[in-house]
Amino acid sequence: MSASSPTIAQPRPAAGLQPPEPALPRLLSGIRPHGALSLDEHLAVHGPLPGGSGGRRRARERGMMLIAEVERAGLLGHGGAAFPTATKMRAVASARRRGIVVVNAAEGEPASLKDRTLLESLPQLVLDGAIAAAEAVGADEVIVCACESADMGIESVARAIEERTRASSERLPGLRLATVPGHYVAGQESALVSFLNGGPAKPTFTPPMPFERGVGQRPTLVNNVETLAHVALIARHGAAWFRELGTPTQPGSALVTLSGPIAHPGVYEIEHGASLSSLIRAGGGATARVRGALLGGYAGSWVGAAHLDGVALSNEHLAPHGASLGAGVVLLLSEDACPVGETVRLARWLADQSARQCGPCVHGLDALASALAELAGGIAGAGVAQRIDRLASLVARRGACGHPDGALNPLLSALDAFQAEFADHARHGPCAACSRPAEMPLPDRPPSDATARDRPSRA
Amino acid sequence: MSRRVRVNPIACEAHGMCAELLPERIVLDDWGYPVLEQGPLHGSQLEHALRAARACPTFALLVERERKRGRG
Repeated sequence: MSASSPTIAQPRPAAGLQPPEPALPRLLSGIRPHGALSLDEHLAVHGPLPGGSGGRRRARERGMMLIAEVERAGLLGHGGAAFPTATKMRAVASARRRGIVVVNAAEGEPASLKDRTLLESLPQLVLDGAIAAAEAVGADEVIVCACESADMGIESVARAIEERTRASSERLPGLRLATVPGHYVAGQESALVSFLNGGPAKPTFTPPMPFERGVGQRPTLVNNVETLAHVALIARHGAAWFRELGTPTQPGSALVTLSGPIAHPGVYEIEHGASLSSLIRAGGGATARVRGALLGGYAGSWVGAAHLDGVALSNEHLAPHGASLGAGVVLLLSEDACPVGETVRLARWLADQSARQCGPCVHGLDALASALAELAGGIAGAGVAQRIDRLASLVARRGACGHPDGALNPLLSALDAFQAEFADHARHGPCAACSRPAEMPLPDRPPSDATARDRPSRA
Repeated sequence: MSRRVRVNPIACEAHGMCAELLPERIVLDDWGYPVLEQGPLHGSQLEHALRAARACPTFALLVERERKRGRG
């Protein structure tokens, strides 16, 4: 998937009142096809972030008010787990030691471009969110973590930090940029903390959770970059405004990376609960017949073509399909691709992305990938379904991080969504499409032992 | 206060001592890593658990007080 310019969609659910003004875009307001919004341009679109004046006590009050507002807004994390943002903020705010804010834009997710789009195009909105969150939790330091493969995003944030620091009369927290190895699990919270503490970007055993003892042993708020961009807007417009879009349990908008056989792949801003078909229309329509969609990311789930028509993009609507919006990935698979071949390759890739720290993940994902390959090759023999079920049960909830569990989602849901295709391969072996080049991007970024010392941070 | 066993999967190197010393709660998987049956530990099971934790060569078996988990 090549980086394409972000586009804005305004798909809305069938029911619901049309607000008087165009409700979207929010985050993507003012975005350009190329290049970042400067601080002045950003301020012209959104106006200034409230606050910034008064003493420490006043800042503290304002901070507590923002946390309450984020709670009323019902903002959920956009990194994949949809954890309530205010709960995390409150935990860091109530800790005795001074906190630190980590902006997670490590984005090892191959099918997602939203985090790097925010860094690249809207770095001042990102900094706004981080600065507001820092004030809310009483932190004096912000570290923006960008994936090392996001060259333009790194440039853009470095410039934005410089510009912000030069222009600002207000008291700013320390703003720093760190480039993080690009492998899949590097973006996991504890892996980021480990990396920022001088270790490899690999998950660690918890507790302590980052909000208890994170970077430099300090209570650490790790939020996805999009989550913080929403915080920047909630700080300006409040919870009631935020809730004007979305569903009661998942208010607001979301960035979604749409890819696959689509006229205009790219990053779209949708309202939670928008229909998948309206997103596809906004993307200029499918360019091939669609066999299924992977929703959420490579830790997400497949929904087969037969069920795609009625799909609405919110977690409550996706739950009956066993899926969630996750990190905002909507990857369409064309009829030309073989879903069995794609799943076999994905299974091997996910096994290779293991940080190789926990036995059940190392051995279990490897065994699963092998079982799926045998199944696809028609050489698995009877009982392979039970073997896969058993391996899945040995993998689930037995890693230090969520990777083994996440990896099960696309593999097991593929068996379900593409049942006929798997049955056909089990009986007759590989199909003609099996040898076609992979449709799903599987970047070659092996888990890295590199530490921050090998990659000096910037700004 | 009830206590339960937990494995640090990063530290665990599949020595398998725990399954020998706490067979009431631990079996080994296909690769020799412990699979735990959860639930509060009492009496002799708690004793066996503590003994197994002390015997683990990598200190990967933990006997913990119950705590709220799952944030993040």
